[in-house]
Amino acid sequence: MQRIVIDPVTRIEGHLKVEVVVDGGVVKEARTSGTLFRGLEMILQGRHPLDAPQVVQRICGVCPTVHCLASTLALDEAFGIAGQIPDNGRILRNLILGANLIQSHVLHFYHLVALDYLDLTALADYEGSDPDLKSLRRFLAEGELGPFLPRPEGDYRLTKEENRALALHYVRALDVRRLAHEMSSIFGGKMPHNVGIIPGGVTAGPTVATMTSFLWKLNDIRQFLADAYVPDVLTVARRYGDHLEQGKGPGRYLSYGYFAQGPVAGPLAQRRCLLPSGLVSGKGKVAEVDTSAITESVAHSWYAEGTDGAPAGATTAPEPKKPGAYSWLKSPRYQGESCEVGPLARLQVAYARGEEPVRTATDAVLTELGVGREKLESTLGRIIARALECQMVAEAMAQWVLMLRPGEPHCVPFSIPEEATGVGLTDAPRGALGHWLRIKGGRLAGYQAVVPSTWNVGPRDARGAPGPMEQAITGLPVRNPEQPVEVLRVVRSFDPCLACAVHLVTVRGRDLGMFRVL
Amino acid sequence: MQFPAIWVQLACCSGCSISVLNTESPSIKNVLIDHVVPGRHVNLRFHPTLMAGSGDAALEVTEGAESEGGYLLVVEGSVPTREGGVYGGVGTLGGKEVTMWEKTCTLAKSADAVIALGTCAAFGGIFAAAPNPGGCKSVSAVLAEAGIETPVVAVPGCAPHPDWFVGTVARVLLGGLPGPEDLDDLNRPKEFFGSLVHERCPRRADFDAGKFAPRLGEEGCLYLLGCRGPVTYSDCPERGWNGGRNWPIGNSHPCLGCVEPEFPEQFSPFFEKITVERLEQFFVRSR
Repeated sequence: MQRIVIDPVTRIEGHLKVEVVVDGGVVKEARTSGTLFRGLEMILQGRHPLDAPQVVQRICGVCPTVHCLASTLALDEAFGIAGQIPDNGRILRNLILGANLIQSHVLHFYHLVALDYLDLTALADYEGSDPDLKSLRRFLAEGELGPFLPRPEGDYRLTKEENRALALHYVRALDVRRLAHEMSSIFGGKMPHNVGIIPGGVTAGPTVATMTSFLWKLNDIRQFLADAYVPDVLTVARRYGDHLEQGKGPGRYLSYGYFAQGPVAGPLAQRRCLLPSGLVSGKGKVAEVDTSAITESVAHSWYAEGTDGAPAGATTAPEPKKPGAYSWLKSPRYQGESCEVGPLARLQVAYARGEEPVRTATDAVLTELGVGREKLESTLGRIIARALECQMVAEAMAQWVLMLRPGEPHCVPFSIPEEATGVGLTDAPRGALGHWLRIKGGRLAGYQAVVPSTWNVGPRDARGAPGPMEQAITGLPVRNPEQPVEVLRVVRSFDPCLACAVHLVTVRGRDLGMFRVL
Repeated sequence: MQFPAIWVQLACCSGCSISVLNTESPSIKNVLIDHVVPGRHVNLRFHPTLMAGSGDAALEVTEGAESEGGYLLVVEGSVPTREGGVYGGVGTLGGKEVTMWEKTCTLAKSADAVIALGTCAAFGGIFAAAPNPGGCKSVSAVLAEAGIETPVVAVPGCAPHPDWFVGTVARVLLGGLPGPEDLDDLNRPKEFFGSLVHERCPRRADFDAGKFAPRLGEEGCLYLLGCRGPVTYSDCPERGWNGGRNWPIGNSHPCLGCVEPEFPEQFSPFFEKITVERLEQFFVRSR
């Protein structure tokens, strides 16, 4: 029996420690731990409400736009304007977000995940004429190999040609994600940390010039997604078919809905989204999401007790020396059970609801790989779902940009009430995201966010039930405990964002029942 | 010729790394794979977001660097110092947890120079805002307390423009560390942080003519909406963002002053205009 500690886990966002117990070549127990605490809710306390979207963007530099949006949606609701956002405003918010989703997913597969499967030594004897591959060959020959060495000595199964194609796309993808940020900035002002999304809509309206510029960068990217990203993911899936048989999480999938196609108001079930909200469990049945069913446990988290169940009453405070605790993350639960969130969850919900183009795109890939849909509940299944989603969103964006109307309103005015509450719910690249806020005396009296990676990477709850990632790792075969590549591949398949997961600390006096939870 | 670099992430959001990945000319591929200036290759030996290795193998790279010296240390994020630094760990090596605080000091001590990248590393930034739950401090403050005299160049911004970082690295590669005549009193390169946003703003004519946007979403000078351009030293008006596609004021959003030590604490509430009274809350600096 061996206890292995991997700390830091690299090629993720943020600070994560994973501890596994391996016995007889199989993981018997897994613990995931967020190792940084920053406390943004405490920092927001007492601040002016309008500061919130900009402050919360700094939760994460990879996915800042969704936090800005969730905060802004909560303010829209608090200011009583949630149903009044003009179409230009709604669409521009979606385009700013969509461009960053593309950036995030492309970054994830190529620059975070690929090195687990890509053997760069395949470039050492390259004799072709592609300039990027030639510079990689020269780079290898010169021997100054950071950040590609040291590397996991795992199993690299791609052929030489497949490795070369993946390496080439790794380099091209650096440009693609930069281009995606240029797109986001056309309407968002700058990236990272956009300055376009505000309560009421966006700061600036579209012009024909900005629409055209956005569309043609998008077209370049759509080409890359079709010719490189999706095919590369399928190449890896064919060589690592066993990774479609392992790494399954709890098998419960949650989404709040992504990319509003109509007013963001009313119950989640009534909101039209590109990717719908829902909870899928067991035999693929879909339930509507009831946010009052969300609770958080701190049983194994470095926070004082008092917030199991629906959070209420006593202040919680960081307790870094709390016995039995092992993470700065809390454990969100839905009806007391863990849920997986992210692209796979959204695909499961959309598929169960019979949504197109999700059904057709998913079935096409499953046919190509010759596997059933249950194989998507796996390490590589998550990666496939992310690639399909990226392509779907990019295709939809090409339609949305043409729906913009230059000269028509892009925002509505607002006034800030002395007392109000608001909730902002949206899915994000990594999963379901919610921001809850309370205004009193014209200032923020409470702020709470339950973020995607907390759902996925949180520790055991009060019943000792593991979080989704912990569950996905448990039972995993590990060929070489000195090089637990299988564990790291599962971890990275979730695309964890620890900066997002750990920012929250206190639910000071907040009772979910007090909010107009939809 | 190798130019080793070690990049650590402390109490941060990774925005600085993401922004640097957006460097256009040179591209990030040019910076990491090619000789970004003739004959010199930046060997990025440690970067948690990009590097191939994990765990002990990764942290051992930092130990190797500390014993060899001769590298550039890039620090992203502020240093959590409350309760001995337990709020932020960089990893576990040989079974022992290593705090961000400890690793920053040991790496800085052996480095040739430190770039404090982003407003968090340079000045404390967002996670040092009241009540500063993690006891977060700037890199300079922590090194000064520890008596470490390795020179620190500040390249702030939330996030910093990639050109500011790549330009500073190129300057080091081509001509050695910037001297005191190249840096302002906050150790920022004057090349990028030498003039006020207000001095070069395309909407300055609106300011001078008294044409002010009355609310967010409207055109005109953004002074009434809290623009910090008059107290912010950066070349954003000329450089633009994301390949010059846009920039905050160009998008009708007030400048937040994100390169200044006052971001975000003293500049908050962001959308309240600068008045003589508020100016006194800002740190008055000469150029």
